[in-house]
Amino acid sequence: MTRFATSIALALLALWVGASTASAMTIEQIVSPSGIHGWLVREHAVPLVALNYVFHGGSTQDDPLKAGTAHLTADMLDEGAGDLDSKTYHTRLEDRAIELSFDVGRDYFRGSLRTLDEHRDEAFDLLNLALTKPRFDADALERVRAQELSDLRRETTNPNNLASRSWWSTAFPGHPYGRESEGTLESMARITANDLHDYVHRVFARKELTVSIVGDIDADTAGKLIDRAFGGLPADNSLSAVPQASPSNLGRRIVIDVNVPQAVVNFGGQGIARHDPDFMTAYVVNHILGGGSFSSRLYREVREKRGLAYGVSDQLVWFRRAAVTIGGTATRGDRTADALKVIEEEIKRMAESGPTPAELDEAKAFIKGSYALSLDTSSKIAAQLSQIQIDNLGIDYIQRRNGLIDAISIEDAKRVAKRLYGGGLLVTVAGRPKGLTSGALQE
Amino acid sequence: MGRTNLKTCKVLNVIFKKDAFLTAAAALVAVLAVSVLAVADEAADKIADFTLSNGLELVVIPDHRAPVVTHMIWYKVGAADETPGKSGLAHFLEHLMFKGTAKHPAGQFSQVVARIGGQENAFTSYDYTAFFQRVPGEQLKTVMDFEADRMTGLQLSDDKVLPERDVILEEQNQRVANNPIARLGEQIDAALFLNSPYGRPVIGWRHEMEGLTRDDAIGFYRRFYGPNDAVVVIAGDVDPQAALKLAQDTYGKVPRRTTIVPRQRPQEPPPVAVRSLTLADPRVEQPTMQRAYLVPSFITAKKGESEALEVLAHILGSGSNSRLYTALVVDQHVAVSAGAWYDSTALDLSKFGVYGAPAPGVTLPQFEAAADAVIAQLIAKGVTPEELARSKTKLIADAVYAHDSQASMARWYGAAITTGATVNDVQHWPDRIRAVTAEQVQQAARQWLDKRRSVTGYLIKDTSPQAERRS
Repeated sequence: MTRFATSIALALLALWVGASTASAMTIEQIVSPSGIHGWLVREHAVPLVALNYVFHGGSTQDDPLKAGTAHLTADMLDEGAGDLDSKTYHTRLEDRAIELSFDVGRDYFRGSLRTLDEHRDEAFDLLNLALTKPRFDADALERVRAQELSDLRRETTNPNNLASRSWWSTAFPGHPYGRESEGTLESMARITANDLHDYVHRVFARKELTVSIVGDIDADTAGKLIDRAFGGLPADNSLSAVPQASPSNLGRRIVIDVNVPQAVVNFGGQGIARHDPDFMTAYVVNHILGGGSFSSRLYREVREKRGLAYGVSDQLVWFRRAAVTIGGTATRGDRTADALKVIEEEIKRMAESGPTPAELDEAKAFIKGSYALSLDTSSKIAAQLSQIQIDNLGIDYIQRRNGLIDAISIEDAKRVAKRLYGGGLLVTVAGRPKGLTSGALQE
Repeated sequence: MGRTNLKTCKVLNVIFKKDAFLTAAAALVAVLAVSVLAVADEAADKIADFTLSNGLELVVIPDHRAPVVTHMIWYKVGAADETPGKSGLAHFLEHLMFKGTAKHPAGQFSQVVARIGGQENAFTSYDYTAFFQRVPGEQLKTVMDFEADRMTGLQLSDDKVLPERDVILEEQNQRVANNPIARLGEQIDAALFLNSPYGRPVIGWRHEMEGLTRDDAIGFYRRFYGPNDAVVVIAGDVDPQAALKLAQDTYGKVPRRTTIVPRQRPQEPPPVAVRSLTLADPRVEQPTMQRAYLVPSFITAKKGESEALEVLAHILGSGSNSRLYTALVVDQHVAVSAGAWYDSTALDLSKFGVYGAPAPGVTLPQFEAAADAVIAQLIAKGVTPEELARSKTKLIADAVYAHDSQASMARWYGAAITTGATVNDVQHWPDRIRAVTAEQVQQAARQWLDKRRSVTGYLIKDTSPQAERRS
């Protein structure tokens, strides 16, 4: 067991003047006996271990004719492995209250595990079995496929799914990012057990594996647990390359007719790569326009002043090979046009004039201060550590984050607002919006 | 809204009794109990429960892992306390509570919370309305000051009220009108509760929401919001005595509201008819069935009954080892999904639910008959020791997992206390789950899963000709 000397006390304390020193969080960089790297946070208060891990290669690895393969694999991983059939495997998990979850996005396969301390060896062994010897038995596959098809059938008349699918497929036509990872009714029906095995063999590997653990364990124990879970994986993955892309069809509006009282709207345009030097500035500017709090411009203009919607927001989405801003709202059909006009005007105003210094200061304060709230449970900490790792931000990122935010000037913010929001919008609407049809957005 | 997700955040700090003997299956539960106990040792005598002289209850749940606190204020008033004809008013007022006071104009509270990096929100159910902020520990007094101020200081004018009424109408669209499954749920509740206000949607009936006014909201506020029906729950990096001092300096200064009286809602007559209904919606591509039985909540149940229903719901319908999933989805292939749930948090009677979606080619009546057979089998033969042990393991482990989240802890205590339970009841929840016997589970199934106590709803596709596209 080697262990890196790097052991960094995080500057969480600095966020809260006067806070107790007992609350410092330390990330340790560890290497397992077999050489797998991971990050560890020791947490003594609750007798559980939370693991989060990420493999490169999500739904971008799907054959377009078999879209949904990665997603179906994730759904099938706890349906039997090694000598254990589905029922036996589930019973093992449930008897020990071990929680496993698997999730597929476009770029990554993410997994998490939560277990009580006394069952951690068995928990990590069961995970290893799922990752290295999944069975994909025919009866379990057909049962899970039927659930997926049922969900996909529901989606065919759900305005949220219709607006979202339309946005992504129009923004990235013919590109893996244009497909939903859930696939379609047609593609889901074509997937075979061999396809799932093929995905597992290509993606589940020690190369580019990201591991984060939070628990009442030391580095030696954590290293051994990592090997228990991932030790048997092949060294290399075998991924198909994903071409660089940027959102197309900006300036267009697409209306999908579906008979619902409230139209669902997606709007968005070009984004910003995570490694771009302007990323953090863009993050702050987006927060001011349409971020999560009750004080964004869109929230104020669309909801508070006009009562046009219950929710409206906008976010940055970054992939490995593309980035977008995408927002959404839902509003009654006879006022959808009004809501869209307000949204388009606010985006234009942000592009042209940027935020005010007061808005910038408040957004910075919020984004600095609220970070600790995303690190208040073991599972959330583990997930956040994985995100920092796959975004290549460095083990000292949490320490550096406040400085990055403080460094943003109002000039930066105005420049980046223009860069981010000056490129035009693609708008999709699912519902019956009065007076709106598909076509070019008016200037 | 409506049925909350509190089932997922069972809690906590427990003192376990020693068992005289353990079966092999129960031994595992005992192992888990040890870890709960370990957690309990740290927190056991740290959870504090105070009552101020003006009647406000304060619960403090120390958790010093992060320098953050979750501050929640729960009012013992909800949709079930609305005057008939004013459905949606409790929830509307929850929205309007963000519209400012004489001391702090609209938006100032939210702005201050945002500036200190905090999060805030609010939610309404039948029996409670709650507001919360998650902020750095040293900002606790700030949010308590604001919250104490809006306990009696709310000021409303039509320029704020009317756009917000449009907002709740859009919320109704989003949650219900656009969502066939939610529409079916509303119809089932309306049919299940013959006399209780639980039959009205928390969000309200749309035609009544459209007519709610500023005066309605202020009248409801002045009648129901005060320290003597409020529970403040603070979880996180705070010392109980310090929290008490802060509460006295803020909430302690608010006088009692004399209009607040114990909640007495119309009660259900004994249910006698098997009820069923069908909702047809053109958007339905996957038919589903939902059923709700009228059953006791924790506070209305006899001792041990509510806990037996928790275990029953888990064995019958939680996860892929459950009776319903195993029989209908895995073995018989008549369903793509099937499950059951129970909600113990209600001041009056509560609900036990059974739901599922039939496999292609299987009709809803066929699905229902198969589900009924599973329930009948459980009533006739009871549950196995393995099932009982596995369910208890999972339910008790959830208590340990809940310890990992101060927000979950605060929410669980708040919901329990505002629906009639005490801090002590919550603390001993895992203990009571552990005491449930197989006989109690079978008896609960026999007594409560009686179709005459239930409404079964079918959601099907409406294939009648639809109105032309308006434009």
